Amino acid sequence: MRGTFLARLGKLWLACILFFLYAPILVMAFMSFNASQYYQLPFEFSLKWYEKLAGNSEIIDAATRSVGIALVTTLIATILGTAASVALFRFEFRGKRFLQIMLFPPIAIPWLITGTAMLIFFFGVGLGRGTPSVIIGHVALALPYVIVVVSARLATFDATLEEAARSLGADSWTVTRRVTLPWISSGIIAGALFAFAVSFDQFVVSYFLSEPGDSTLPVLIYTSIRKGFTPEINAVSTIIIVISMAVMLIAARFSNFGGER
Amino acid sequence: MSARLANHDRLRIVGLLSPAYLWLTVAIFLPLSAMFYFSFLSDVPFGNTEWTYTTENYAAFFQTSTYATLLWKSIRLGLIVTVIAVLVGFPCAYVLAKVIKGRSREALFLLVILPFWSNSLVRIFSWAIVLRGNGVLDLGLNAILPFEVDVNLMFSTPAIVIGLVHSYLPYVILTCYLALQAIDDNLIDAARSMGASKFTILWRVILPLSLPGLLAGAVLIFVPVVGSFMEPRILGGRVGTYYGTVIEDQFVAVFNWPLGAALSFILLAVVLLILAVASPVLKRAQT
Repeated sequence: MRGTFLARLGKLWLACILFFLYAPILVMAFMSFNASQYYQLPFEFSLKWYEKLAGNSEIIDAATRSVGIALVTTLIATILGTAASVALFRFEFRGKRFLQIMLFPPIAIPWLITGTAMLIFFFGVGLGRGTPSVIIGHVALALPYVIVVVSARLATFDATLEEAARSLGADSWTVTRRVTLPWISSGIIAGALFAFAVSFDQFVVSYFLSEPGDSTLPVLIYTSIRKGFTPEINAVSTIIIVISMAVMLIAARFSNFGGER
Repeated sequence: MSARLANHDRLRIVGLLSPAYLWLTVAIFLPLSAMFYFSFLSDVPFGNTEWTYTTENYAAFFQTSTYATLLWKSIRLGLIVTVIAVLVGFPCAYVLAKVIKGRSREALFLLVILPFWSNSLVRIFSWAIVLRGNGVLDLGLNAILPFEVDVNLMFSTPAIVIGLVHSYLPYVILTCYLALQAIDDNLIDAARSMGASKFTILWRVILPLSLPGLLAGAVLIFVPVVGSFMEPRILGGRVGTYYGTVIEDQFVAVFNWPLGAALSFILLAVVLLILAVASPVLKRAQT
């Protein structure tokens, strides 16, 4: 018999953790609907900060840019990442282990170091700051996630299916297109959503690589916070957190992330 | 499959792999090399500036104690945040992995992990609203407590620690959960049936078996915290000067890029050292 008291205490602890994790986000969302500029209570419901937001062209521009960058990043990272995963899965060759280890630095090295290094290098080759540099950086950060997620899906793939298709006369392009890709499609979708999240939420690398006045949404929020809080930032932050959580929830459905199987 | 690859296979491997790895080379590995090169220059080699090779940027780190002190301050922050996150997160992961059963476990686990994948800047900002004087925490405590308290944690070290623990807690819960889930329940039952106390089971069975996951989580928190600059800036204000913020300043305010490069590289060396020490454990955690 399990100690029910301890079990109950544990569940209470878990509840406390969930409260800790979500309370500030909920407070922020709540306050974005509050009429007072100084977050004063009593609460008075108002949509005025969202209306202000809709009229703020600087924020709208940054949001459009962020979504655009995230979409381009997703497209490139998903295609390159899927191709690499298929090669890493299907072939045995020398240096494979090394290539797998090479995926680690973009994830493990603090973004501060990666971001400043990119800034130096892109200036050195004459590209400088700007949206192209940001996209190059984001794709590099997203690639390892795509490869890891797609590879995890590929690991469940039965290679004899390919052999069966081949013995039935399918050429290798047909095998890839009609057998392999459909099987791993849920992994590819999950990888794409991860890539979108990595790019859309990325702050540090964007911060060093984007041009002042031409920045992504998180960078704009950071510079505005340093000038002082406004409920408008609250409103836009609430929208961002809803989008990024929604994207990850869908990704979780596709990748069995958090599942046991 | 034959040991030697056919030519067309080799071509296919190169075709499939090279786009991704060329991209990583251009965006990660060449920049890191460029930064290393830069850290030995006296000035940025753009335009008409005169520059020479020098080791002065590294000497600057050792000549004054400022940078070393800040690096130590950042490392200490990393240790504090890591220890708190592990102490808070491990029991939470245990409850998820071993106490809660069935369908609700999956949903709760997802709920715990979800914030980690949402925007970290926004989450730090949300703490600013909660912690500031006259903020929600202040008002809330005064509404509950019978006496007047003045809570203004904003722009203090505790605020930075709270924000960072909030940012990285899901990481340690994730790695501990995966490690704990892999422990066979029969093992725990066997220990219990042989008369082991709860504490003995925790100390002699559960902890040793979940140690790789726990350490992996610790490393994955420690490394980014040592390099953090956005969190101390927003939540720390004037006390928020850390090694990371000094590096940030070199690139966006002072424009001493070679010094910034040298400071970044010293940080990278520290990070790599930590990863190297932890890598046997991390490797075990992976499998």
